[in-house]
Amino acid sequence: MAGLRAFAAAVPLSMLFALSPATAQTPPAESIQIGLSTDAISITAGFSGADLTIFGSLENPDPLVARQGRYDVVVVLEGPPRPVVVRRKDRVLGVWINLDSETFENVPVSYSVATTRPLQDIAEPAKYKQLSLGAQNLYLKPADETDSPATIEEFTAALRERKAATGLYSENVGGVQFLSQNLFRATVRLAPNVPVGTHKARAFLFKSGMFVKESSAQLEIRKSGFEQSVFRVAHDYSFLYGVFAISLAMLTGWLGRIIFRKD
Amino acid sequence: MGIYLPIAEISVNVFVLLAMGAAVGFLSGMFGVGGGFLITPLLIFYNIPPAIAVATGANQVIASSFSGALSHFKRGTLDFKLGGVLLAGGIVGSTAGIYVFALLRRLGQLDLFISLLYVVLLGTVGGLMLVESVNALRASRSGAAPVLKKSGQHNWIHRLPFKMRFRASKLFVSVIPVLGLGAGIGFLSSIMGVGGGFIMVPALIYLLKVPTNVVIGTSLFQIIFTSAYTTLVHATTNQTVDVILAFLLMAGGVAGAQYGAKAGQRLRGEQLRALLAMLVLAVAIRLAVDLFVTPPNLYSLSAAGLN
Repeated sequence: MAGLRAFAAAVPLSMLFALSPATAQTPPAESIQIGLSTDAISITAGFSGADLTIFGSLENPDPLVARQGRYDVVVVLEGPPRPVVVRRKDRVLGVWINLDSETFENVPVSYSVATTRPLQDIAEPAKYKQLSLGAQNLYLKPADETDSPATIEEFTAALRERKAATGLYSENVGGVQFLSQNLFRATVRLAPNVPVGTHKARAFLFKSGMFVKESSAQLEIRKSGFEQSVFRVAHDYSFLYGVFAISLAMLTGWLGRIIFRKD
Repeated sequence: MGIYLPIAEISVNVFVLLAMGAAVGFLSGMFGVGGGFLITPLLIFYNIPPAIAVATGANQVIASSFSGALSHFKRGTLDFKLGGVLLAGGIVGSTAGIYVFALLRRLGQLDLFISLLYVVLLGTVGGLMLVESVNALRASRSGAAPVLKKSGQHNWIHRLPFKMRFRASKLFVSVIPVLGLGAGIGFLSSIMGVGGGFIMVPALIYLLKVPTNVVIGTSLFQIIFTSAYTTLVHATTNQTVDVILAFLLMAGGVAGAQYGAKAGQRLRGEQLRALLAMLVLAVAIRLAVDLFVTPPNLYSLSAAGLN
């Protein structure tokens, strides 16, 4: 139970420790740090998904706990939050039509998890709900909370299922490996359709099933050179972009007639 | 060879798109249609989001219709005045279409509406053409001379007010049906990403009695502007025009169109129309099947808060 007691003391003690080191008799509390080798990733024309490696370290680990393998790390790479509408098709006169829908606020576009062990072996499910950690436990806030709980439940499940099916929500069990007592390496999957924007890498440290500490870093994912320019121009200078698209079409039509003329 | 489409945000195969453009270009050159009604469904089958398929289809139509209109302009088979009046109606129709497009997208019914419009229009036009061409084939086989309607024959359209003279088409007709036709085509252009040639051509021939030799050039002329306007408005309001995708389709399309036109000259008119009718019906049936078959996923996600 030493581990539990240490956890209970961890948060207040670490604050005390900073204020008055002289009073600290207990060993310093564990914490976790992660580092990214780059703060931006560019997606090129041929991008078909990739593995992102994140290194991190445990600070002040208890050697006994570490030796027994009772430290667990969960690393998450979370895409930018966006509002999402989930729609359900139903049959009307034989035709499948989108009927019911539920809007969710701030749904991370992507959510890739890497863990030392299967999530259910690390901590209690209630803990994940509380931390909003893991694709199955992530809290998804419905825009209209007056809808019946059963409906919200159904559409939340559908949202998770669709995100998992498109590879945007993924889980890599065993994706976090300890290289030494302090150092670990996490491998998270970037789906081929990974969204651009600011992603957040977060690492959660668990000790004997109890949450200890979290650390985070930011990662910018953007389209590389040409694709990015096209995308930006299409959004920022949409009128000029439209004029360009029309001119390109006319030029192609005119050149095509000259080059391939058969009459 | 894969290429990442910056607007559609997916990776696609360059050769598939070039081949798709060339195949549709070949057919459009052969039958004298813009090919938008084939491109948009093909893009949707290829997993391009319908909103992007429609806007990009409209962009692609400009290239093929511009190329075609140039040849008609050189031959003098283009009525600028008639095209201009059709265009005035077309702008109004397009504007209404874009508004409806954005509204349906917000309601989540855009895909359904596009599919339904395709099934109904392609089914009707394809069916009518097939019946007409099979009858013509039968008649020519039995040796009977085809019955041509005389250009002097009048119907209710010729009794409407606000008449205007169109010299190149040798026509004296009310502007109301001309504007209405233009508006209808403009509406379809912005919602379906088609030029509308497959409706415009029969309507000009059978309803307004425009001489056939002027019809295709004038229809192409009008389609250039309607689809250019549609492209521009989709680009500014929905940001759904993907130039990379459009360019690959056009490049394949303009090459295919010239070979298609040559191949078309070897076939007889009724045979061509019967083949086109079967093609149109096949697309309609394919889209109709999708409406009735249980989809693999009942749930779909889309970005909220559009507009």
